[in-house]
Amino acid sequence: MAGDTVSIAITGAGGAGVMTAAQMLLDAAATAGLYGLMARSSGPQIRGGEVAAFLRLGAQPVNCLDDRFDLMVALDWLNVERFAGEIVLDADSLVLCDEGAGEPPPRIVASGARLVSLPLQETVKSLPGGRLNMLGLGLLTGLTGLAEEEVGKVVAKALKKRGQEVLDAGLAGVGAGIALVAAVDAAACRLPEGSRGDARWNISGNEAAGLGAVRGGVRFVAAYPITPATEILEWLAPNLEKVGGVLVQAEDELASINMIIGGSFGGIPSLTATSGPGLALMMESLGLAVASETPIVVIDVMRGGPSTGIPTKSEQSDLNIALYGLHGDAPHIVTAARSIADCQFTAQWSVHLAEQLQVPVIVLTDQSLGQSRAIIDRPADLTFISRRETGSAGVADYRRYALTASGVSAMAVPGMAIGEYVADGLEHAISGRPSSAAEDHAAQLDKRARKLELFDYGQHWADVEGEASLCVLTWGSCTGPAREACARAQARGIATRLISLRLLAPAQEERFAAAIDGVDRLLIVEQSHSKQFYRYLRAHYDLPRNVRL
Amino acid sequence: MISGIGCSSRIPAYSSVYGFHSLHGRALPVATGLKVARPDLTVIVAGGDGDGYSIGGNHFLHACRRNVDLTYIVMDNQVYGMTKGQASPTTPADWDKSKLTPHGTGVSPFHPLAVALAAGANFIARCYAGDPNGTARVIAEAARHPGFSMVQVLSQCVTYQPSQKEWKTTVRKADVTTTSDVELAARWLMADDGLSTGILYIGHRPVYRPELQASASIDDLETAFVV
Repeated sequence: MAGDTVSIAITGAGGAGVMTAAQMLLDAAATAGLYGLMARSSGPQIRGGEVAAFLRLGAQPVNCLDDRFDLMVALDWLNVERFAGEIVLDADSLVLCDEGAGEPPPRIVASGARLVSLPLQETVKSLPGGRLNMLGLGLLTGLTGLAEEEVGKVVAKALKKRGQEVLDAGLAGVGAGIALVAAVDAAACRLPEGSRGDARWNISGNEAAGLGAVRGGVRFVAAYPITPATEILEWLAPNLEKVGGVLVQAEDELASINMIIGGSFGGIPSLTATSGPGLALMMESLGLAVASETPIVVIDVMRGGPSTGIPTKSEQSDLNIALYGLHGDAPHIVTAARSIADCQFTAQWSVHLAEQLQVPVIVLTDQSLGQSRAIIDRPADLTFISRRETGSAGVADYRRYALTASGVSAMAVPGMAIGEYVADGLEHAISGRPSSAAEDHAAQLDKRARKLELFDYGQHWADVEGEASLCVLTWGSCTGPAREACARAQARGIATRLISLRLLAPAQEERFAAAIDGVDRLLIVEQSHSKQFYRYLRAHYDLPRNVRL
Repeated sequence: MISGIGCSSRIPAYSSVYGFHSLHGRALPVATGLKVARPDLTVIVAGGDGDGYSIGGNHFLHACRRNVDLTYIVMDNQVYGMTKGQASPTTPADWDKSKLTPHGTGVSPFHPLAVALAAGANFIARCYAGDPNGTARVIAEAARHPGFSMVQVLSQCVTYQPSQKEWKTTVRKADVTTTSDVELAARWLMADDGLSTGILYIGHRPVYRPELQASASIDDLETAFVV
C-alpha cells in the first residue's frame, strides 16, 4: 500500500499551464525525497481545450491513483464538468478556486467538499508577467507544506533558459500563491517527510518502455506518430542515435511495421510503437513476421476504441486484437506491462523473447501507464544472456527453416558467406523455397508453434502474491489498483491472493493451474467493456466456479 | 533483394542473393528498413505495377521523397497477372478484357516516371524486357547511383496483354540524352508515349543515410531520469 498519501487534482483551460505546474510539483516532491505519480487527462483534441492533472504523493512508492482526492485546485471552471467523473471528492476534500470565476459547478458543490475561494486572477494581474499556473504551483506548495526553496529550484531549472524576467515572475507567482493559502486550514494536504535512499528516477511509462527497448538491444525503430504512444518514439529518436541506432519516421503504420521487418531481416533488433488503430493496420505484416520468422517488437499503448475512440484516455480493449487479430494460424507472443517501472522490464524482456524465438512480440501498455510519470526506485539492471541464433558463416547445406527440436533455426544475417536464403511469407520448405505441399505446411506450422511452446518463460510470466482462497486476477495497468485493494483488504483482516499476468500469449496452462490452485472465489479486474480478459481466461484456463467480474 | 507479391516478385527465389519475398505492396518499406539499418548492403527492390503503384502507391511516393540508396525495378506489364488479368494502375482506360471491369476502367493510367520525378526520385530510367543486356546495364548504373533509383521495365504479359507483343516494334530508344534538369525531364516525360527507353534523369539530391555512430552508453541515457 502507498501508505499516507496526498491526492491532488489540478484543472484548467488548455494552455493555462496545468501540466507544467503539476510536473513541477512532482519534481519538487521528488527532490524533497518523496515518491509520486502524475497522470493526465484531457479532451480528445489533445492540444488545447480543457485539461486535468492528477497527482498522488507520499513517502512510499505510489503505484496508482487513489479513489478520492484530498485537494482540487481549479484554476478556472471551464468545462471542469467533463472531469467530474474522474475527480472524486467528498466532505474531507478541499477545493480551491478563483473567487472571480463564478459559481462552482453543481457536482462539485454536491460532493460536500470544503470550498475556498481566493482572488487568483486578481493576484496574477497584480504581478508583473504573472502566470496563473505559477500562482497555482504556489498554492500547492503552501498547502502541501513543500519547502519553497525546493520548488524554487525546480522553477529555476525549468524557466532559466527563458530569461531572468520570466524566472523572477514565476518565483513571484509561487511566493504569492504560498501567501494566499497561509491562512487556509489544510492539514489533510500536508505531505509526509521525504527520505533520501537509493537512486530514484522520475520517468514516464513511455520513456521507460523506450529505455527497455534500448536495453534489450533495439537499434532500429520506425515510427508513425499516434496518441498516446508518440512519446516512446520521441524519446527514442535522440536517444537511439546516441547509442548508434537510428529511428526513421515512416509514411504510415503499414510502412513502419514493414521497415522494422526489413531492419530485423538485416540482423538489427527492431521495434515500433503504436496504439490500437495503428496496430490494426499492422496486422497483415505481423502475419508476415510470423511466417518469415522475423523477430520484431510492437508496443501498443492502448487507448479508448474502436476507431478514433478516445485517444487521450486509457482502456485495455486491444487485448483481443493483440491475441487474435492475426490471419491464419499465427503463433506469436503478447506481453503486458503492469506499472510504469514495469514498462522497462516488459519491453526489455519482450525484445529478448523476440530475438530468441524469431517471432513478433506485441507489448501492451496503455495511456494510464505511458503518459503518466512517476518517481520510482531505480529499476534493477536486467541481463538476458541469449541472443538471436544466426548460425555460422560457411555452414554447408544451410537451411533457413530447418526443423530443429526447439523449433528455432539459424537465421543467417545478410552479408554472411554461404547463407543466402529468401525469407518468405509464402509457405515454404525448409530451404525457404515456396511450397504449398501439405507436409511442408504441417511441418512449418508445427515448427512455429513448437518454438513458443517449448521455451521456458520462467517466473516472469506473472506475479503471484499471497496464498488465500480469495483471489484477484488481473493484468496490465489494473495491477496497481488491484494490489492496493488487496492491501486495504488485508488491513481489514481479509486475506487475498493477487495474480497479475505479464505473459498473455502463449498461455501458460501448467503455471496458471498451480497459481490458481486452492482458489474458491475469484475476482477478475480488467478495463474492457466486452470482458476481453475474462473471455481470454475462459478460453485458455480452468477457472474456479465462483467468479465475479 | 526485396520483393512484394506478384509474378515479378518471385524474382529473389530465382537469384543468388539474400532475399525477402514480403507482402503485396510492402517491398519498399521492407527495403528502406533494411538499408537504413544496414547501410553496408546493396539493396535492390523488385515488383510489378500493381504492387508498386496501387497497393504500395503511398510507399512509392515516400521512397522517392526519402531518397534512401535503393534501386527499385518495376516490371510493368499493365495488368495483374497472378490473379488472372485485372486492370492495374498503368492499364489503358479502355481495356475491357477483365471480368472485373467489363467496360474498361474508365480511369486514366498512372504515369510512374512522372510521379517519381515529382516525388523526388534521384535516377529515372525506362527499359524493355526484350532488351535484357541493355536493361542489365541500366540496372547496374542505377545501383551505382546514390539515392533512390527508379527503373521501369516494360515487361510483356503475353497471357493477359497479348497486344504487348507489338512492343517488339514500337518500343525504341528515347530521342533525348540524360538530363539533370527536372523541368526538362518533366516536359519530356509528359510528352512521351511511355514506350521510349533510356536513362532519362539523373539527380544529385542528398541521400538519406543516417550516421550509425555511438556517442554515449545506455548508462548515460539513464542519467536524464535520475532525481
